[in-house]
Amino acid sequence: MSFEQEYGTVAIFLIVGAALYAVIMLVNRVMRPSVPSPLKLTTYECGVEAVGSGWSQMNIRYYVFAFLFVIFDVEAIFLFPWAVIIGELDATTTPSSLFALIAMFLFIATLLEGLAYAWKKGVLTWD
Amino acid sequence: MTGHDAVFLLVALFTGGAALLTVTSKNLFHAALFLAATLAGIAGVFLVLRADFLALVQLVVYVGAVAVLFLFGLMVTRAPIGREALDGQNRGLALAVSGTLFVVLSGLIIQSFGGVRAAEVTGPGIREIGIAIFAHWVLPFELLSMLLLAALIGAILLARRESGESGEESVERRIDFGDEPSTEAGAQALPAADTAGELPAGEPVAGGER
Repeated sequence: MSFEQEYGTVAIFLIVGAALYAVIMLVNRVMRPSVPSPLKLTTYECGVEAVGSGWSQMNIRYYVFAFLFVIFDVEAIFLFPWAVIIGELDATTTPSSLFALIAMFLFIATLLEGLAYAWKKGVLTWD
Repeated sequence: MTGHDAVFLLVALFTGGAALLTVTSKNLFHAALFLAATLAGIAGVFLVLRADFLALVQLVVYVGAVAVLFLFGLMVTRAPIGREALDGQNRGLALAVSGTLFVVLSGLIIQSFGGVRAAEVTGPGIREIGIAIFAHWVLPFELLSMLLLAALIGAILLARRESGESGEESVERRIDFGDEPSTEAGAQALPAADTAGELPAGEPVAGGER
């Protein structure tokens, strides 16, 4: 399949998915009864009324989890081209298969070192 | 206009619209989400230009990771999110700067490539990129892991709480007295909400740090 055909499939999938969502929401809107009431807008139907806003400052420690995700996200990106070529390499090609294997495992080990550091420093546990 | 052009135009319109909404949105959280939509649109632009690996990188790194960092950045700081309106009052200046930048950049591009006939792009695929990384650019590749490691350790050092430090002092309430109650029924019960302001200081209530 050509490039256009392959990604055309993806595009059609996207369009059909979006259209399905739009149609379902539209049918919902047309068919449901509309009885607006201020009580429906409250946070809890029964219980203590919420004070203040739901937008509050979170603990800074959550940021480390986001950052760990970013680091290993970037690692995953570099795994893609490696995974595509590693099966075709052998001892005679440039790069050789052993070289590519060691290079990638060095890369992963360096990042795992960061994970080990985070673990040792106790940022992965919630005390 | 070919079908290719039409698809490119659609994707570009989506991207431009999302970018416009990013800068005009009054809610910082919505602006961050529109930014993610803009970055996804740019991934679409890359895809239309037949750079599928670049589109994948754009999706995974920018839409996935950078947008998450933005949203977490909003969550852990005292960013004016929620109902607080956001306006930098610098619209004229921003319009002038971005307009000038647009004119300069498009002028440069048209001057450089205006006369060049469009050619079929067959451009390096993911296989060529992989070969290039491991045949010629192994050292930058390994250096990159060091860079990521340094960034991770820096983030941990900044965010970590020393074991001697007490965690309690940062428990503070992000409720400004006189804030609008979050719901309609709360607005009716406004006198009750006022008495909540006389709770002992430091006692976390709803809306405090989680």
